[in-house]
Amino acid sequence: MIESTIHRHNAGIDPAMHLWGWEIPTYLFLGGLVAGLMIIAGVRLVAMRPRERQALVCCTIGPLVGLALLSLGMLALFLDLEHKSHVWRLYLTFRPTSPMSWGSWILLLVYPALAANAIAHLPEAIPALAKRIPVLVTWSDFILGRSRLVLAIGFVNIVLGISLGIYTGILLSTMGARPLWSSAVLGPLFLFSGLSTAAALLHGILVLTQPAGERPGFADFLLSALARLSESRPLDHKVAPTLAAADNSFLTIELALLGLLLVGHLTSTQVHRQAAALLLTGPYAAVFWVFVVGLGILVPLTLQTLELGHRIRHTLAPALLVLGGGFALRVILVAAGQASHWASAAN
Amino acid sequence: MPDLSRRRFLRISAASVLAAGLAGRATSAFAGWSEGSAAAKGGVRTVPTFCDICFWKCGAIAHVRDGKLWKIEGNPEDPLSRGRLCPRGTGGVGAHSDPDRLRTPLIRVSERGQDKWKSVTWEEALEYLASRMAKIKADYGPESMALFSHGIGGTFLRHLMKAYGTPNIAAPSFAQCRGPRDVGFRLTFGDDIGSPERTDIANTECLVLIGSHLGENMHNTQVQEFAEAVGRGATIIVADPRFSVAASKAKHYLPIKPGTDLALLLAWMQVIVTEKLYDADYVAKYGFGFDAFAASLTGYTPEWAFTETGIDPETIRTTAREMAKHRPATLVHPGRHTNWYGDDTQRSRAVALLNALLGSWGRKGGFYQPSSMDVPAYPCPDYPKPARPKLDNPGKRYPFAHEGLTTGIREATITGKPYPIKGWMVYATNLISALPNEAETIRAIQALDLLVVVDVAPSEIAGWADVVLPESVYLERYDELNPELFRDPFIALRQPVVDAPDDQKPNWWIAKRLAEKLGLDTYFPWSNIESYLDTRLKGAGYSLAELKRRGIVRGPRQPLYFEDGASAEFETPSRKIEFYSTQLEKAGFDPVPRYTPPEGGPAGSFRLLFGRAPMHTFGRTQTNRLLSDLMDENAVWLNATAALRLGLKTGDYVRLKNQDGAVSERVQVKATQRIRPDCVYLVHGFGHTAKGLRRAYRKGASDSGLITRYKTDPLMGGTGMNVNFVTLEPVEGA
Amino acid sequence: MSRYAMVIDTRRCVGCMDCVVACKTENDVPEGYCRDWIAETVHGEFPTLQMEIRSERCNHCAEPPCVDCCPTGASHVHERGGVVLVTRDKCIGCKACLAACPYDARFIHPEGYADKCTFCIHRVEQGLAPACVSVCPTHCMHFGDLDDPQSEVSRLLASRANHTLLPEAGTRPHVFYLT
Ligand SMILES: Nc1nc2c(c(=O)[nH]1)N[C@H]1C(S)=C(S)[C@@H](COP(=O)(O)OP(=O)(O)OC[C@H]3O[C@@H](n4cnc5c(=O)[nH]c(N)nc54)[C@H](O)[C@@H]3O)O[C@H]1N2
Ligand SMILES: Nc1nc2c(c(=O)[nH]1)N[C@H]1C(S)=C(S)[C@@H](COP(=O)(O)OP(=O)(O)OC[C@H]3O[C@@H](n4cnc5c(=O)[nH]c(N)nc54)[C@H](O)[C@@H]3O)O[C@H]1N2
Ligand code: SF4
Ligand code: SF4
Ligand code: SF4
Ligand code: SF4
Ligand code: SF4
Ligand SMILES: [Mo]
Repeated sequence: MIESTIHRHNAGIDPAMHLWGWEIPTYLFLGGLVAGLMIIAGVRLVAMRPRERQALVCCTIGPLVGLALLSLGMLALFLDLEHKSHVWRLYLTFRPTSPMSWGSWILLLVYPALAANAIAHLPEAIPALAKRIPVLVTWSDFILGRSRLVLAIGFVNIVLGISLGIYTGILLSTMGARPLWSSAVLGPLFLFSGLSTAAALLHGILVLTQPAGERPGFADFLLSALARLSESRPLDHKVAPTLAAADNSFLTIELALLGLLLVGHLTSTQVHRQAAALLLTGPYAAVFWVFVVGLGILVPLTLQTLELGHRIRHTLAPALLVLGGGFALRVILVAAGQASHWASAAN
Repeated sequence: MPDLSRRRFLRISAASVLAAGLAGRATSAFAGWSEGSAAAKGGVRTVPTFCDICFWKCGAIAHVRDGKLWKIEGNPEDPLSRGRLCPRGTGGVGAHSDPDRLRTPLIRVSERGQDKWKSVTWEEALEYLASRMAKIKADYGPESMALFSHGIGGTFLRHLMKAYGTPNIAAPSFAQCRGPRDVGFRLTFGDDIGSPERTDIANTECLVLIGSHLGENMHNTQVQEFAEAVGRGATIIVADPRFSVAASKAKHYLPIKPGTDLALLLAWMQVIVTEKLYDADYVAKYGFGFDAFAASLTGYTPEWAFTETGIDPETIRTTAREMAKHRPATLVHPGRHTNWYGDDTQRSRAVALLNALLGSWGRKGGFYQPSSMDVPAYPCPDYPKPARPKLDNPGKRYPFAHEGLTTGIREATITGKPYPIKGWMVYATNLISALPNEAETIRAIQALDLLVVVDVAPSEIAGWADVVLPESVYLERYDELNPELFRDPFIALRQPVVDAPDDQKPNWWIAKRLAEKLGLDTYFPWSNIESYLDTRLKGAGYSLAELKRRGIVRGPRQPLYFEDGASAEFETPSRKIEFYSTQLEKAGFDPVPRYTPPEGGPAGSFRLLFGRAPMHTFGRTQTNRLLSDLMDENAVWLNATAALRLGLKTGDYVRLKNQDGAVSERVQVKATQRIRPDCVYLVHGFGHTAKGLRRAYRKGASDSGLITRYKTDPLMGGTGMNVNFVTLEPVEGA
Repeated sequence: MSRYAMVIDTRRCVGCMDCVVACKTENDVPEGYCRDWIAETVHGEFPTLQMEIRSERCNHCAEPPCVDCCPTGASHVHERGGVVLVTRDKCIGCKACLAACPYDARFIHPEGYADKCTFCIHRVEQGLAPACVSVCPTHCMHFGDLDDPQSEVSRLLASRANHTLLPEAGTRPHVFYLT
């Protein structure tokens, strides 16, 4: 029989750690999503012939949305800082041992990479914009005129995307102090989760922008604004099945990695077992099974499989579910990770 | 019957050589302060004084940084603190900055006990008070005013009240605290244990603690010496129903059934006597009535004691032999708060007798002979002789009470007999929680014409007062000098370190002003406190200037043990250590201790025990932000198995309900292996009901509120309070 | 070189928390927070029990994950004695170090920066012992230089059984507990 008592109550730490609320999970979610968008955009850019005008959703809309979401993510991160006026301190130094330092520099590079990708096809995607800002056309021509630059931008997006995606997991997994997080699987897990959410997002956009009649009616009004703004050519709807298929692979890999994470913990020390139990049977189990595994992975996987088999129409549902599941995954891992503790079992 | 209050302590006069020897001792590491009081170093000023968070009075050095009180450290010159304070002393800073303090004098504007006041000036308050006191004197006589006062701060008010003409003065430190122990030891050795206790823990080889929970009971020097003893590998034996901190340091932990200690003590003595392990020479030389005593032990075998105490006979034998092995450097600690079960004087006497058998009184590692320095009193007129005798102990109902009985005054106030008590002055004691049975205290208060409370905080007792006078805390005032009886004689000064934040005044000022208004100025012939202190110190060969600089002056150590020439006289009727007490016999009590089992409680209930937490002093530190940060509510300790049975776990909130239906505030459960299954334990001082104590209001449970019953010790009127039983009731939705 | 360490004798410690109050006053630790604290571990079943009481704080780890994860360099290892410190002006309050410390030794000061035990380096540099060490009424705490084999801490560690907290966390703590 062991009884341990700690006579202390420091806010944020005791009795269990609760430092991070919604901001960090949001940041990690958006970061992962953007990472996925970058990788998809990069791959598409690299794989496509320069003047192919079909890559609007992956190479233009994706990066543009990515830029916006990244900014939202950075805002969430910023909101979480306890000493906001010192934020510039991040960029006075580079700390190779600190994932957060890596992250802040990666984020800095992500912006131009994403922007370059977006610009390449921007005039085609949104002619109205190009008309107003003619320089966009110049830049676009400059990029598309140089096939090696196009390749470079594509590869940079892929590399940065992978880094960013893995980083969102590494950020947690280097915290050896929190047993739930201390697993090398977390990096790939967040990367593939990011990819799945990105593919789902793009797929969702395609569903939304389907020619009228094919498009689910409830989304019409949502779209009218976007459509008017873009005066866009119809998007490259042909990639929708590809995206759905890709998403399915990502989801499958994510599921496998999640299993690996938990099995890893369950076969490790007592504290790790306790950490895994938090998700499997403990206070977070309900949310984990229902929102992350069920609605976040298994249901969309099934729906998209049916879509691909032409059993049902492509709908917005899988996209929304995957996005929700991706967010839930971050929320739950951040929360349960904070609750997992060495000392709870070690004393 | 001899007058027990006649005491002979070795007093030394203040030889001027002693200061010289010590002046050079200020260690270089502390050069900053040894330069003198108000020594400044990098914007930091240091002022030596002594602590008042409890009654141990440790020498301290307060640091003031940029005009603000920063920290308080021990004064290395001081033999009590030895340069280190206890957590409460270190946390004294929080007493000064406590936002819940009283700020101005208050006069009640509504019903008693409703906490409704108007702020008044000191002039108004004292004028009002003086007129009310004058009226009581005129209508009922001065004896009808009583003073309750606890601690050194009350000196000048005690002086005032004696000058006013009342003999009715008492403190909870006797009938609610150490009374039984002092009487038990007086009856046996003719002398007191004193405070600080004369226990030579520093040199003991075997320390026996019966309940004394050193380490939680944080009386500084004792804890320091206790840790040394542990570090040295001294044998520690602890009998406690709870696995106390001290128990965790013990070689032998005896998980005794509450209230059966006398059985254990008798069995120990039985073993030591029958196995002839006692100090025969010592007993022969100093003892009286040993044979009758030895004969009385016959039936008290370890096997018999097992049935009472639950302690295995072999353990009783082993521990008895261990004690004998180390004698005379075996110290069976007399305890301090000994008012437990109403038979406490006899239990304390058994502790004294066990020590006598081991020859530890007057011996190294046992009890040393303390001494103090002579500081002549300030010349004052004699007090008027009260027309009526004090009424706390009418007809010597409790023949061996040698100090005033708080509960006796309370009873007389309720009954009006032998004469009415119409006014109470209460200084630095929260009678509502210090005395058992709150309802009786309130009934007495309702019989009064005047209740004046001098306090630093809006305490429960202040809530009942007609007039509340806010005192400055010890860091803001001068007090009486402290020439304590101790192993090393010394004189210590308390002096102001910082100003009082509002309109609080020191007790000496209050007493002197009130005296003037009462026409008693002749008793306060000094112009101000500095001249009073300086005059006294000059009489002892020192000056206030020197004490202000050093905080403390020390005299040469006097012989501590018989073998070194310490006086081996016993002020008992036989002039010897009384194994058999003819005084007791004459008064109709057992001349040798005799065991009676404690009464049990209702089925399914737990005996309520209580004690100290190291970072709090009674109920007076819960609003100190530094200390409440360490512990801001108490928990009820409940045996883990019992908790399982009741479906309770650590952190659950419950209410405690006692045998008379008294219910506590909600309190957390601490389900623990560290306590017997037949009792629960609370740290005293929590569960405040005074709203003004904002930080402490309704935090945790009050043991006092559950102590509706008490058992009075027939020898000296102490109130045994461990006789209440509680059940635990879950709090819904908490 | 020097390598500061604290050696605490759990046999003498009574858990009084004087070390905690002293730290609070010495270092102006704000209300509601503390840099050191008391932990109790009880083994066994009543009445056969063993209890260890420990005064805990930042362990000034030789492999401090809190320093590794800090993105600004605010958390760093001081050149003197290997003490782990936080430079307030550099701290952005990202809380990575709080999450990275297996001992939960850090907290966010209400002014927005990560705070924790400094081994009272400001006192040590003046030749004084840390505040907690110098007040402890049981004299159970010792502070000194492990690189000096003659120091009290070195001798205590050489002569008595001791342990650190969560050695499995791989941080190599420099607060040692004598048992
Ligand atoms: N239920 C229960 N009752 C007990 C005990 C117990 O453990 N449980 N213990 C008993 C023992 S051992 C003792 S010694 C007594 C102690 O009994 P008390 O000495 O009465 O202790 P407190 O209840 O803390 O009340 C102290 C009061 O003094 C005030 N005070 C503090 N400092 C100052 C000051 O500088 N000046 C003035 N004017 N007022 C000040 C506080 O605000 C508080 O109102 O209680 C006894 N009664
Ligand atoms: N921190 C701190 N220290 C203090 C004080 C304070 O307020 N705070 N107050 C000081 C004062 S005035 C006093 S009087 C002392 C009081 O302190 P002590 O004299 O040391 O102890 P008590 O209050 O008598 O008893 C409390 C202990 O007795 C145990 N106990 C209860 N019932 C029994 C029993 O039947 N038999 C045995 N063997 N043990 C039992 C309890 O479990 C607990 O461990 O503390 C002093 N020291
Ligand atoms: S024992 Fe603690 S509270 Fe009491 S006088 Fe000494 S330092 Fe102050
Ligand atoms: S001050 Fe000393 S005895 Fe008290 S808790 Fe701290 S380390 Fe232990
Ligand atoms: S104890 Fe925690 S805060 Fe201190 S050095 Fe080690 S990891 Fe860092
Ligand atoms: S909170 Fe401050 S010290 Fe900690 S990692 Fe972030 S920047 Fe560094
Ligand atoms: S070394 Fe200093 S900062 Fe650290 S716990 Fe002790 S007093 Fe506090
Ligand atoms: Mo007491």
